[in-house]
This record gives sequence, C-alpha cells and structure tokens, in this order.
Amino acid sequence: MQAEVSEVMRRSLRRDGAPPPPRAGEVRTARGRRSLLLRAALLMVLATTAAPAHAFIAYVSNEKSNTVSVIDTDSWTVTKTIKVGQRPRGIDFTRDGKFVLVAVGDDDTIQVIDAKTQTVVDSLPSGPDPELFAQDAAGKILYVANENDNTVTVIDLEKRARLGDIQVGVEPEGMTISPDGKTLINTSETTNMAHFIDTASRQIVANVLVDARPRFAEFKHDSSEVWVSSEIGGTVSIIDPRKHEVIGKVTFEIPGLRKEAIQPVGIGMTKDDKTAFIALGPANRIAVVDVATRKVTKYLLVGQRVWHVAFTPDEKYLLTTNGVSNDVSVIDVAAQKVIKTIQVGELPWGVTIAP
Amino acid sequence: MSSITTRETPRGFSVQDYLTCLTGIIWREGLRFLHQRERFVSALVRPLVWLFIFAAGFRQVLGISIIPPYETYILYEVYIAPGLMAMIQLFNGMQSSLSMVYDREMGNMRTLLVSPLPRGFLLFCKLLAGTAVSLLQVYAFLLIAWLWDITPPPQGYLTVLPALILSGLMLGSLGMLISSGIKQLENFAGVMNFVIFPMFFASSALYPLWRVQEGSPYLYYLCEANPFTHAVELIRFALYGQINWISLTVVASCTIVFMVGAILAYDPSRGLARRGPAGGEG
Repeated sequence: MQAEVSEVMRRSLRRDGAPPPPRAGEVRTARGRRSLLLRAALLMVLATTAAPAHAFIAYVSNEKSNTVSVIDTDSWTVTKTIKVGQRPRGIDFTRDGKFVLVAVGDDDTIQVIDAKTQTVVDSLPSGPDPELFAQDAAGKILYVANENDNTVTVIDLEKRARLGDIQVGVEPEGMTISPDGKTLINTSETTNMAHFIDTASRQIVANVLVDARPRFAEFKHDSSEVWVSSEIGGTVSIIDPRKHEVIGKVTFEIPGLRKEAIQPVGIGMTKDDKTAFIALGPANRIAVVDVATRKVTKYLLVGQRVWHVAFTPDEKYLLTTNGVSNDVSVIDVAAQKVIKTIQVGELPWGVTIAP
Repeated sequence: MSSITTRETPRGFSVQDYLTCLTGIIWREGLRFLHQRERFVSALVRPLVWLFIFAAGFRQVLGISIIPPYETYILYEVYIAPGLMAMIQLFNGMQSSLSMVYDREMGNMRTLLVSPLPRGFLLFCKLLAGTAVSLLQVYAFLLIAWLWDITPPPQGYLTVLPALILSGLMLGSLGMLISSGIKQLENFAGVMNFVIFPMFFASSALYPLWRVQEGSPYLYYLCEANPFTHAVELIRFALYGQINWISLTVVASCTIVFMVGAILAYDPSRGLARRGPAGGEG
C-alpha cells in the first residue's frame, strides 16, 4: 500500500517537473487571450451575482498534540484533525498540491499526508529532529534543516532518497530557496548566521552574521533581498543575496510592550513584494511592513505567541499560528484587519495552504 | 407649542395632532441640548475620559480573550466601547429625569401638561426626545472612538441603531420613573450614588462577566440581573451585526415595565399629584 502510494506520489512529482501550464494572465496565443476575456467576463458575472470566496484548505501543525488541523477557508472551521508523528513543526504542500509534507521532529522524519484522503501515507528520510524545509522550484528536491544535527539534508522527492547532507551552523532552522533555485539559505539559531548555499555544488558560499537567534528566512519574489528574522535580536535583517551583506534592518516598537517581548519569527511577503507580514511571537502581533521603506505601518493583534504565517493563494487572507492560545488568526490582507480566530490543536506551529 | 396648548378639542385627535406634539417636544429637547453646549461637551468628555484614561490604565496590551460577539482578540478599549455607549445613555436618561425635576421646579412643565393629548403620550414623546439626544451623543462618541482605532464593521453603525433606541427608551423611562419620586434638584446626587454608579459598575460595561464570576459568584448573579448589563450586551452584539436574544427580551420587558411605571407615577390621580404640591403644577 505504502509502495503504491509513493509510486503515485513519485509520478505526480515527475509530472510536476514539466513546465507549469499557463495560468490565468499568462496567455500566449490570441485564441487563448479571447478565451481568457470570456473567462474574465464570466468570472465578473459570477462575482457580481454570488460572491463566495474561493475555499482553500489550510493545514496547521500542532506541535504538542501531535496532530495536523485541516481548516476550510470558506467556513473557517476545522474540518479534520490528522494524527501525525511526534512534534510536528515545519509543514508545506508539495508543488503539485497533492501532498502535505510535515516535519515530525521527535520521530526524525518528514511525513507525507495525501491531501485527498487526508491521511499519512508515507515518510521521507531526514536527519535527526527536522524542523523546517524548502523545496526547489520544480518540487523535486527537498532541503531539510535538522535542528539537532547541524546539517541540512538533501532529499530527492521522486526517489524518496537521501542525497546527502550539508554541514551548517548550530541549530539550523530557517530555510528558503531563491526563485531561480540556485541559492539555498539556511539560518542557524545558535551561530546567528544565514548560510548561503550553492544548490549545484551543495557548498556554503557565504555566511552572513545577523542578530541573535535567526528563525526564518524569506526571499523577495524578485530575488533582490532576503529577509531574516532574529527572535532574540528582535529585528529582521535584510540581506543583499549577491553581495552577501546586511543592507538594512526592520525594527519594531509597540507602545506598552517591553522590547524583549517582541520576537520576530515567521515572515510572509505579498507576491508584488510591497507588503510583508511579520509574526512577532509573544508580542501577540503581526507587524505590517512597507517593504520599500522597511517601516512598520501597522500592528495587528492576534493570539498568543504568534509563530508562522501563510497566505491563501489569492492573497486575500493571511493565516497565523498562535502557539500559546492554541488558535489560528485570519487576517484580511487588503483591509489589514484580523477578522477571525479559530481554535486548533495544542501549540500550533506551522501553516500551509493548498495551492 | 402654542398650537398644542390652545387646542381645545378634548378627544378624537388626529395623527397630525400627535405628530405635532411629538415634533414639538423633540424639537424643544433638541434645542435645549444644543443650547447647553457644556452639556454636550460633558456628555462626550465623560466616556472619553473612560476611554482614554481608564482604558489606558487597564489596557491589556496582549489582548483579552475571545468572547462573543467578538471573533478574535481585542484590546480593552474595544471591549469597553459598547459599555461607554450605554453609559452615555444612562447618564442622558438620568439627566432627562433631572430636567423633569427642573421643569417642574421652574414651571415649564405646566406648558407641557396643559396639552390636551394623553399624558402617557406626552411622556412617551419626552422619552423619545431624550433618546434622540442620546443618539447624537453616542454617534459623536463613535466617531471619536473610530479615530482611536475602535472600528466595528461599517454595517454595525446601522445595526446598532435599533438597539440604541431600545436601550435609550429603557434607561430614559427608568430615569422618568425615578424622577417622579424626586422633589428637588439636589436629590440628583442620590440618583448618582444609588442608581447610576451601582448600575454601571455591576454590569458588563467595564469587564466581561466571567471575570466577575471568578471574583464573586453572587456579584455575578447581581450583574446578570442588572438590566443595564443587558443594555450593554444588546448594544455590543448589535454593533457587530448580531442579536443577543436574552438581552433583547430583558431590555424590551424592562422598557415596558419602567414606562408603564413612569406613566402611572406621573398620573395626577395616582402618582405625583398625590404626593403633594412640591411640583406645583398638579
């Protein structure tokens, strides 16, 4: 059964390796353009008659209850709770949207959840205590940060085989890959560095020192900057990925809150690279940052110890995991307002939404 | 007003007559309110002091836990806003009652009472007028609160209106009932001590009732029985486009009871007049 599933997964991943089909807006022929117009008109009619938001499915890893909560973004309710391995943290959809990968740290593996049946169907060989991971653009290679081993494991998603390890700093966590897939960035919590890794040679090409306890890294979609959040330092360092230099910092200040309570972790950047949403941990807030000026424009109150964030594919909503209050807050991105908070399992950590 | 006072048809009033009376009373109340700028300012300053100073002191910067009708974490100032709206109406209701005492002392009430329309209707008009004035104050407060980042959903400003009218009528008729028993203006301090403060503090205006319950279950029952709590909750839910049915029932029933009580109290054959000539117009 497991072999069968992994065969299906392998096939689906292989198919995904082909160039992606044109999306709406990427029309290449005149006929395509006409049909797009038709489709747009139809969409407009639909939008004016009944306008239910497109429902997406969000998966939230609950670190303490060893489960993954499935949330329907139409009704904003938990529709299913999936039992997974111990200490689930990093969670992400495969590029084709067919599987959800979840790093179960205390089981030293990455589990694979079939998005259709919503059950665990497989596992991938990571190093000890995997925490966060990143996939290349094609969705063929997975890079896993193993917190207890100071390594990044490279996994071939098709063959489910471990291709090797890259030695990095102490307590590796944050993982992001450049849009062109050439540079992998890993942050190490204790070494306080962002390691720039060349994906072809799997060698570190540069180390950039950032503020204490870097947790998360995010590339701008135009590849011009990497944003790295430092939990203890209380800042987000902005790194030029070509020069490997810190070129700016985002700082935070919330009236009435001591500085130590502001601990930036998860970062979500809109596709137009104009606005970043940064989770500030025990400050219970999401900072809305104007990317151009690198200044916070607004703080949004969410649940306790907000950790990671994820956009719905239409970027209408942003979901945040609030670890201590065991819930997920929903932010209306355009209005920059928190509209709802949904109870999930214990210690929600990561969140991913079906593409 | 003269058209009302000079009419001599004793019965069979037309709707027009009633309307003239209603607009006359509302107009007078509105004029009085507008001419007393200090009253408007003080009516606005009172809740703002609570909002800017009290709420700042109690501000839970990390948010307070979610209770209906809120769907996510809110700051303390967002929580107390409906309570302060109800407080505006509570003070306004009591002040209207004060003005009844004043009218009685100054003899203005005589002008009103010579109207041939039923006294109950006159009192109802007076109540409506008071409520209309409280609405002005509440919406002015909401505007300032909006600048202070207390931003309920846009439709909430509309859905809260019926709730405000009902709670305004309830608090106004309570004030009227109380005013029937007050013979002198000076007694208003007693109203403050024995009515306004207990009603305001023993309610959900300043703190969620689950907190009161943690402190003292008896106080919790008292708060639950306080009609002001239900006025606050009715407003709170309506501001977020929802109906709190229990509060609606309590507020509506209390309005009827207080109003009937006030009408009876002001009935010359039973209430006020029998108490003696203090009012002077009996």
